[in-house]
Amino acid sequence: MRVDVDAVTVEAAGATLVRDVTLHAGNGELVGLVGPNGSGKSSLLRCVYRAARPSAGTVRLDGDDLRALTPRESARRLAALPQEGVGEFAFTVAEVVEMGRLPRQRATARTTDADRRVCAAALARVGAAHLAGRGYPELSGGEKQRVLIARALAQEPRVLVLDEPTNHLDIAQQLEVLALVRASGLTVLTALHDLNLAAVHCDRLHVIDHGAIVASGPPHDVLTPELLADVFGVRAHRVRHPESGAVQLLFDRLPR
Amino acid sequence: MPPPTSPREAAPAPPAEARDGDPGGAGPGTAAARAPAKDVRPDAAVEAFRRAAPGRLPVPLLAAVLAAALLLSLLCAVALGASGIGWDDTTRYLRAGLTGGRVTAEERPAYTIVWELRFPRALLAAVVGAGLAAVGVAVQAMVRNALADPFVLGISSGAAVGANAVLLFGAFAGLGVWALSAGAFVAALGAMGLVYAVARTAYGLTPLRLVLTGTALYYAFTAVTTLMVFAAEHGEAARSAMMWLLGGLGGASWASLPIAAAAVAAGLAHLLLAAGRLNALAMGDETAAALGVDAPRLRRELFLTTAAVTGAVVAVSGAIGFVGLMVPHATRMLIGADHRRVLVVAPLLGAVLLVWVDVLSRTVLAPTELPVGVLTAVIGVPCFLLLMRRRGGGPAFGGA
Repeated sequence: MRVDVDAVTVEAAGATLVRDVTLHAGNGELVGLVGPNGSGKSSLLRCVYRAARPSAGTVRLDGDDLRALTPRESARRLAALPQEGVGEFAFTVAEVVEMGRLPRQRATARTTDADRRVCAAALARVGAAHLAGRGYPELSGGEKQRVLIARALAQEPRVLVLDEPTNHLDIAQQLEVLALVRASGLTVLTALHDLNLAAVHCDRLHVIDHGAIVASGPPHDVLTPELLADVFGVRAHRVRHPESGAVQLLFDRLPR
Repeated sequence: MPPPTSPREAAPAPPAEARDGDPGGAGPGTAAARAPAKDVRPDAAVEAFRRAAPGRLPVPLLAAVLAAALLLSLLCAVALGASGIGWDDTTRYLRAGLTGGRVTAEERPAYTIVWELRFPRALLAAVVGAGLAAVGVAVQAMVRNALADPFVLGISSGAAVGANAVLLFGAFAGLGVWALSAGAFVAALGAMGLVYAVARTAYGLTPLRLVLTGTALYYAFTAVTTLMVFAAEHGEAARSAMMWLLGGLGGASWASLPIAAAAVAAGLAHLLLAAGRLNALAMGDETAAALGVDAPRLRRELFLTTAAVTGAVVAVSGAIGFVGLMVPHATRMLIGADHRRVLVVAPLLGAVLLVWVDVLSRTVLAPTELPVGVLTAVIGVPCFLLLMRRRGGGPAFGGA
């Protein structure tokens, strides 16, 4: 499923957080959004998974304006992993994954075996079937992220939106999360902090700075030393990954 | 957070299926993503998922036991009391009342005690207990804070202002026996409007603003109430105002039952319909949005429901504390945090608890009545602490 963000502007409390952003993610594409902290990545993604409404512009899923869909309808097409501490309620892993069925259930409906089958399969796909009975708050960061991906898969969506899904994870867990996301085969739009991870895993990147897109394209074309100096204020050297050939960055120390 | 130690743990999707023992399963990738339902052994996986929470009580069984306990408790509540009416007579009078049967002239006083005083009072205790427990569950999810209770929104202290205006200054005197309820309910709605007006922002009701506004106004309303009691001329009126603040079911009658029962039933029905969305809301507004739940709108709905139920309940029983805070917690310790389960069990538990608390309040020091708030604490706190110790504090309290 194709995602089109068309001329989206987000204003809050007098500040413009996102300015006239246009980007798209094609069917099955893994598109990364990179940029410094506070550049507007989260604000933009929130418009896509409908936690916020753009002040101007539209977001379309396969051509359908999000505003024409009910929240439930769009949640059947698009799942998200927001960047948010999860409350103090002690849901079990199974309960968390079951929440993914919410947009597909009527208010009066009970969880059916068909729902459980989808949930169990989603948990198995992220390699977390053995966690089903555990309390979600007790899990490690990597386990939590896997469970949240399972919840997203349980929505049976066509699009996955992720806001810095690798935050606070160790390197193995980061690689694992991105591999799971890639293996989902869904259209993916993800904000990422780590430029080297983004370079390896994303089909295309959008660089966002002060709320506006400043560069778009394959990682190899986008991640240039000039752009990194401009946007992030760092000096970087490009090297090639010895095995995959993907572009990787080495950063200089800041001058004293 | 422990890093994954085995290569399996660190490995991406492909080992997932292998680890779960499904040699026939589809590999990762596009096909599997479109049809995740087909790539594990169906029934074993479903069963494992269903049994995912070991050690928790099955909800239908627990609900049935609690419902039976509630009926038994109601019967006991009608039979027990200072007047020493026997079990046989109690059941006979109850049957007479329920079927319109006759009682003799000398049985009249005892019949009146059973049918006009104890029975409506026991029913009201059940209604109030169920209402406070349900509202407690909803408020805790709404403000995403397990320490919240129905009174944190300032609604009950607002109701107290109205009740005291009636008790001390004769407001709403034209309404006769309904004056106290009407005063409390109108004031509760007024307080709700005020909290809502102050707490709302362009982004809707945020949990923190709701709690802060409710708490601030709670103190303001309490100050007004205290001032009213202080300024009151007659000591007896001040005493009944005090009793009302402590909560109690002494004023129960058939007349006070229908509105409270209807409000609690309607509120509970709404909450049960919203139970799945409450789960999403408890996870956070962003998560709720991702799951297709309009969090600001749901919070507005919940605010209306909880305010109306709190107002209706407080109007007939005063400010009974503890039930709305502790019963939801105790329920979660028994059956977990899923609101679809909690909202079935918590109201029953609250009803049984308050029926017994009320029995004790009128029998322990008979003929003097103890304030219910004292007893909810005396009974509830040890039970709660015991339960918490036995469960080791988690997972109902979260480990993170």
